[in-house]
Amino acid sequence: MTVTAHTGAALALGDDALVLSHRLGEWAGHAPVLEEEVALANIALDLLGQARVLLSMAGDEDELAYLREERAFRNLQLVEQPGGDFAHTIARQLYFSTYQRLLYTQLAAQEGAFAGLAAKAVKEVAYHQDHAEQWTLRLGDGTAQSHERMRRACEALWRFTGEMFQPIEGVEVDWAGLQTAWLESVSDTLRRATLEVPEGPRSGAWAAGAGRQGLHTEPFGRMLAEMQHLHRSHPGASW
Amino acid sequence: MVTVTALEEELLRLAGSVPDPELPTLTLEDLGVVRAVHARGTDAVEVELTPTYTGCPAVETMSRDIERVLHEHGMREVVVRTVLTPAWSTDDITAEGRRKLQEFGIAPPRPNRPQASGPVAVRLGPTHTVAGSPEPDGPVCCPHCGSAETELLSRFSSTACKALRRCLTCREPFDHFKEL
Repeated sequence: MTVTAHTGAALALGDDALVLSHRLGEWAGHAPVLEEEVALANIALDLLGQARVLLSMAGDEDELAYLREERAFRNLQLVEQPGGDFAHTIARQLYFSTYQRLLYTQLAAQEGAFAGLAAKAVKEVAYHQDHAEQWTLRLGDGTAQSHERMRRACEALWRFTGEMFQPIEGVEVDWAGLQTAWLESVSDTLRRATLEVPEGPRSGAWAAGAGRQGLHTEPFGRMLAEMQHLHRSHPGASW
Repeated sequence: MVTVTALEEELLRLAGSVPDPELPTLTLEDLGVVRAVHARGTDAVEVELTPTYTGCPAVETMSRDIERVLHEHGMREVVVRTVLTPAWSTDDITAEGRRKLQEFGIAPPRPNRPQASGPVAVRLGPTHTVAGSPEPDGPVCCPHCGSAETELLSRFSSTACKALRRCLTCREPFDHFKEL
């Protein structure tokens, strides 16, 4: 496969959706309540649908999902982080869905290969963001225990958020404007949830973020092993 | 202006008559997901189908069902193509579709407010609705007893397109086809 700017962008956006979808799917059978299990599975399904469209723009969706090595994935390190406790999953959802909604809003407004998908997906992502915000408010402004765990989760994932605003070649996006809008939206939600906006670095030496270049964190390899092993053990198998 | 032939009209009607795999009381025409059919000669046809949600798993079943119905009606070659643009909206559900949803115990989606331009304006309303609420969309009414006093239990229900609500008058839980 030749990686043009267009397929590179399709991989970056598609891998974000695919990897987060898989991480959310890991909650099946483990979510705190049934309604939440269904909600996370539905969000995962929306993301999987986006991933299928995006990866199909770059090549064969199954080959790309199941037969690439870790270094060939272009997703953000944020989305590959393990689910952690429920607060970590919600913090990741808050950071990512806010980013994805703003990004897709820009892509939907322009002429380009991604406009059609973005216009459709942005309406779904609005519900993902709303879900994450409602939980952030409930946990942050809840009990001492839930507040503390939500605070820890928001801080732990903060250093992965700078990477979201690295320009992706092949899409025309106002990245600086995207970052400003993201910070404003997330800060507002955290404030309403009685949480403080984390102070740690989001870029530079102490921040994370080279997923778009194919460098990933340790848990990602284990996630891929689980995600790919069936397909690799039984090539061509179907239900 | 594209001219639609009598054959295409007939094929569109047939494709639209296929029941939705998840909500079999509704047809694909009621849902507004069959966008167009293009006849190629007398026995080949291409159908444009749009998914409700990008990840809707029912699309494959819908495609197969459309293929089967059109094959049964003498089409030698049937190609179902998935199109994303323009994005499907709950406003594409017909009045008949809304009536059937209600009858089936699912609160139909409220009409989306018209947008000047641009793609995004999903605004998510409050969780609790009451009669005469100041909310511009109006309340989500219970499909069982008709009460306007209902509350949201979960934004996601048995499928991505539905939210789970509860009626505060008759206490029954119900699905709401949420606005998209």
